Amino acid sequence: MASTDVPAGRRGPGPPAAAAGKANQPPFASTQPATRAELPPVPPAETGWKRNVAGSLAFVRRRLTGDYEVDDFGYDPDFTDHVVEPPLRLLYEKWFRIEALGLEHISDTGGALLVANHSGTIAIDALMAAVAVREHHPQHRALRMLGADLIFQTPFLGPIIRKTGSTLACNPDAERLLSSGELVSVFPEGFKGVGKPYSQRYKLQRFGRGGFVTAALKTGVPIIPVSIVGAEEIYPLIGNIKPLARALGFPYFPVTPTFPLLGPLGAIPLPSKWIIEFGEPIPTDIYPEHAAEDPMVVFNLTDRVRETIQQTLYRLLLRRGHPFLG
Amino acid sequence: MTGLIVLVTGVTRFLGSALAGRLAENPAVDRVIGVDAALPEPAARSRMGGADFARVDIRNPLVARVIEAAGVDTVVHASASSTPASSAARSMAKEMNVLGTMQLLAACQRSESVRNLIVRSTGAVYGASSRDPAIFTEEMSARSVPPSGTGRDAIDIEAYVRGFGRRRPDVRIAVPRLAEVIGPTVVTPLTRYFALSPAVPMVLGRDARLQLVHEMDAVGVLEHLALGDFSGTVNVAGDGAIMLAQAIHRAGRVPLPVPSLALDGLSRAVNTLRLGGFSPSQVKLLSAGRMLDTSRLRTEVGFHPRFSTVEAFDDFAATLRPALAPATVRRVEVRIAGALGAPAMPDGLAASRANMQKGSVDVIDALPDLLPRPDEVGDAGTIGDELPTGRPRLVGIAGDAAGTPRRRRTR
Repeated sequence: MASTDVPAGRRGPGPPAAAAGKANQPPFASTQPATRAELPPVPPAETGWKRNVAGSLAFVRRRLTGDYEVDDFGYDPDFTDHVVEPPLRLLYEKWFRIEALGLEHISDTGGALLVANHSGTIAIDALMAAVAVREHHPQHRALRMLGADLIFQTPFLGPIIRKTGSTLACNPDAERLLSSGELVSVFPEGFKGVGKPYSQRYKLQRFGRGGFVTAALKTGVPIIPVSIVGAEEIYPLIGNIKPLARALGFPYFPVTPTFPLLGPLGAIPLPSKWIIEFGEPIPTDIYPEHAAEDPMVVFNLTDRVRETIQQTLYRLLLRRGHPFLG
Repeated sequence: MTGLIVLVTGVTRFLGSALAGRLAENPAVDRVIGVDAALPEPAARSRMGGADFARVDIRNPLVARVIEAAGVDTVVHASASSTPASSAARSMAKEMNVLGTMQLLAACQRSESVRNLIVRSTGAVYGASSRDPAIFTEEMSARSVPPSGTGRDAIDIEAYVRGFGRRRPDVRIAVPRLAEVIGPTVVTPLTRYFALSPAVPMVLGRDARLQLVHEMDAVGVLEHLALGDFSGTVNVAGDGAIMLAQAIHRAGRVPLPVPSLALDGLSRAVNTLRLGGFSPSQVKLLSAGRMLDTSRLRTEVGFHPRFSTVEAFDDFAATLRPALAPATVRRVEVRIAGALGAPAMPDGLAASRANMQKGSVDVIDALPDLLPRPDEVGDAGTIGDELPTGRPRLVGIAGDAAGTPRRRRTR
């Protein structure tokens, strides 16, 4: 265990918080409960690293004794919150400086289907949308992502993605999650969206076969269009080595200005400025019972969602201005 | 109406013998005949209680004579799709499973008296791959049919049972698809796998959901189906999932990630050194997760498993001697925390749940009562000893798991 490294690392990034905390009593200096009650809701940061150490140790203990719970899909909140989220949160706040708009459109309870555009060569946008909802929604809801089977086949990545609450993008799984009141995010463009060249940025690709609309119609949950601006610039895709992709079984093999030229350094995403807007919910419970079997309804709804996202993307692009300085 | 006359196959194994015993005690049942090709061992014989035993190989036409002579009206094929206790018995298991079922069905088809047929199947019929939905309902079928193994056999068996159903529409047929059976008494490749100590191999870069059914629930559902009126296919499994690595940790062992190519070599080495045994193909199977939807079991069949997946596993794990006990882990945690001058967090999942919303930083404010008093922090050792460590120990139900399960497991 690298426990001795933890305090040094944790102490580093928080000088302003430490200064603010100095005014308060350290929580363990006094044994009187009265003093504890007087503590402000913001925890004093002086002992913050100790809490982090204790938290990390407790987490390691829970892992070693198997003292955690997963749901039927393999969602492991303990693992997600302690291992996956912290680095993503840093990326979200410091690297991409993400602005999340319209979070009030996501209700506090009940299922909803979040449909978003997909871009950025590597699907970081899906993770960032999940962080936005998890961190900044008042109820800190978990966003269950639907992913391609290729992700779940991949060793190491597959199990981790499943632990974060994702599952295979198929109707049975989507409907099961939605009807149990979960927030589900789906990226109908799939690999066509993530792997599109930089020249095509912010142009929505074909929206699959509308399977996501069927799932929403069958379960009667609202569709929330999500527009993500900024992900296109993180790895500008300027080329695609098709033979290599075929040999490796990937949908594409990306060439970006930094990859594979700079090797592993090319894996560092460019620090573009992001805006994620959660749009107004589109109700699906207004349709008659068997609307999911009516292709016209499905196509119209698909188009409507797609148009909404496309228009919002143009509006957000204007609002953002410079891709990196924003 | 007189009581049922039940024929139970596979009474040398746990499920068959326990079921025979349970049925024999049931007032709705007149007579229970347990059959198997071999004589049941004393432990199995005592589980059978008041049931009769007939030494008949179900692959032999003699079984038809037994059915005829006793006027059997309910046949419970509990040994179908049973997992072989060792990998060497694999070809034997196929023989018993598939050919045995065919012969038994042939005997049932001839019989005038048979009205109910219960054939045990397994969740392995759904296969498991990354292209499959996370949870299987009874209507789904395997997207990737396993080329061999228990799953393949079970698919064949179910096909024969469907054929039988077409030829004998007057017979009520129930096919329970059981998740992996686990418990303190039953011996399966899975229980032998988790009994490896101190490290349990698993495929590197893979971790999958397991769903288990407790041995008593498995017996219970077979009894329920034998006496009930449900006909059709139904998934049987405990609630919830357990991750493979989590299960290994809960059994007090350490997962040993092995590249799947090296598994065969390791398996051979382990077998040669007589450290226990595991089959590489089974480990690979375990690396793909599978969950069964059990809503039909609850609503239509009306059976509610008493053990969740985790409880079933813990009941089994209590029979193992942990290589890495939770108390040890806790002691080390408290010691490290003490050395760093940080108070160790309270034990249990409650703490992690509370901080789930806010992140680990706020947990102490969220849970003031669980926090050890500062004066206690100085003496790190006492905290670990005072706090309840480990999980609640499940005690056996209905006296079945009472006594010394470790001795019973040796065959």
